[in-house]
Amino acid sequence: MKAIRFVTLIALGTTLSFLGAGCQPQNLRKIPGQYAATPEVPPQGMIIPSAPPSESTSGLIELPTFPGHTNWNENAGQFSADTIHFAYDSSVVRSGDKSKVEDVANYLKANPQTAVRVEGNADERGTEEYNRSLGERRALAAREQLVGLGIESGRVDTLSYGEDKPVDPGHNEAAWRQNRRDDFILLTPPSK
Amino acid sequence: MKINSLIKSIIVSGALFGAGFGALAQESSIEIVKQSMKPGAEPPTWVSVSGFTGETESLLRLDLYVQGFNFTNAENAQYQIIGSNSGNLQGRVTDRYNKNTLLSKAYSGASLLQQTHAFVDEFVRAIGRQGIAQTKIAFKHDTGANSEIHVADFDGFDGQAVTADNTIVAAPAWVPHKLALYYTSYKLGNPDIFYHDLSTGQRRVFSRYSGLNTAASVSGSGRVTMILSKGGSPDVYDCNADGSGLLRLTATRADESSPCWSPDGEWICYATKVNGRRILEKIRATGGTPERVSTSGVLSPSEPDWSPDGKWIAFTSQMGNFEICVVPANGGPVTELVSGEDPSWAPNSRTLVFTRREGNRRVLSLLDVPTKQYKDISRITGSNSQPSWAK
Repeated sequence: MKAIRFVTLIALGTTLSFLGAGCQPQNLRKIPGQYAATPEVPPQGMIIPSAPPSESTSGLIELPTFPGHTNWNENAGQFSADTIHFAYDSSVVRSGDKSKVEDVANYLKANPQTAVRVEGNADERGTEEYNRSLGERRALAAREQLVGLGIESGRVDTLSYGEDKPVDPGHNEAAWRQNRRDDFILLTPPSK
Repeated sequence: MKINSLIKSIIVSGALFGAGFGALAQESSIEIVKQSMKPGAEPPTWVSVSGFTGETESLLRLDLYVQGFNFTNAENAQYQIIGSNSGNLQGRVTDRYNKNTLLSKAYSGASLLQQTHAFVDEFVRAIGRQGIAQTKIAFKHDTGANSEIHVADFDGFDGQAVTADNTIVAAPAWVPHKLALYYTSYKLGNPDIFYHDLSTGQRRVFSRYSGLNTAASVSGSGRVTMILSKGGSPDVYDCNADGSGLLRLTATRADESSPCWSPDGEWICYATKVNGRRILEKIRATGGTPERVSTSGVLSPSEPDWSPDGKWIAFTSQMGNFEICVVPANGGPVTELVSGEDPSWAPNSRTLVFTRREGNRRVLSLLDVPTKQYKDISRITGSNSQPSWAK
């Protein structure tokens, strides 16, 4: 077993040094085939109905089946003043931020061909995958508000960056307060 | 302790020389069965190292240190390790108590680095432990605004970039017994889970539902658990290696994260929140009622990782700072070990790789759980996190 693993590693090492002429950043070598065909289509036949929701899921709004708004144009500027912020480790939209969500809803109502992507973010005080889930929970909280304001659920995508996309890279409360946020990205249909 | 060590070395010598120690070997095997790991509470095994130089010596010392060995002079060492690395590696290990030679070998072929790994493994095996010196880790390597997945030997040698997606790539997870990874990449504009076979370089999209697809973890039989939010909240799911048979295991408003498998593939342990407090739960991989995994004594647990021998769950506790903790999988007291986060077990069920935050950097570090000895993997430069140990 051990011998087999060792041989595999040697074989891998040999292959790598054989193919590894082009150096990558950090002087790390490239795994062979990195640029080989990478089929980038959703696996077929994967969408399977979820288990029936239990009581605790009341109020959850399912996301549309992929692909949503792939290839739509993104406009980060339209709602830049409507970014909302969250308390530490919370995904509750603050009452003071509800008018911003209403701004977004009003725009979507006035422009029925558009859609929006809510991007949820967390500060760095939390483990990375915990924060990725928390960011998604924050995006979904805003989505639930938009749907509550009459926007069709299929027009609201969510995306979590967790702690990976801070607006302020600092390590203090002032930075963290800015980073615990939802950004709203306007989506418009691709031009024909 | 000394008597234990003596008996243990006799059993090994007996195995090597084949005759004459039958009675003692029987007696000592009972001793060995009794030993169970005491996290943070065991003394190191003392060794002396002489004759090696340069990088080979530092590699040898690092590999031994993070498996619970520490260094002293030849008079005080339980095992004396003598050798040389001019050209190829030669090494001999002698037990000081009974003067037996445990191992004496000259290596050839492959690189000096690989010879050193093989030597460390043979020594560790000769005293009845499982070697890890020829294993690999995968991790998230920060590139500024983005990140990519890299793999390296567990001690940082032979680093290789796996992805070049120029976006956020995170949460690598090895497929057991395969040179293959699952990870989360934003390359297609959404956090999707990719499957990447490192032996061919081919990859494919594994999970691309609306919303969050992340935190894949693979069972011994290849089944995958992950976090999806397509049901309206981040929840724990699992499915077959081809994506079929998708099961939604949790259906809560809470933000579940970081599911991991029990080594028998029966259970999935994950972090969730109940009444605003973070807890660990486990649930049968076929579904059912979640059970609380007690972590009393520490707060805000997340990132559980189940040891390959099934006995322990390592996790991160967040009480101001992050702490690496372990708890018996079947319940028992939590042991806080060192500051850090995101632990991943080595195949030996005693060493962990984890992340330490140091200013703006995140540093990968190796921790021997019984002795609490830890050492940064200094060969892996830059900022890195989310390590996963190949098993």
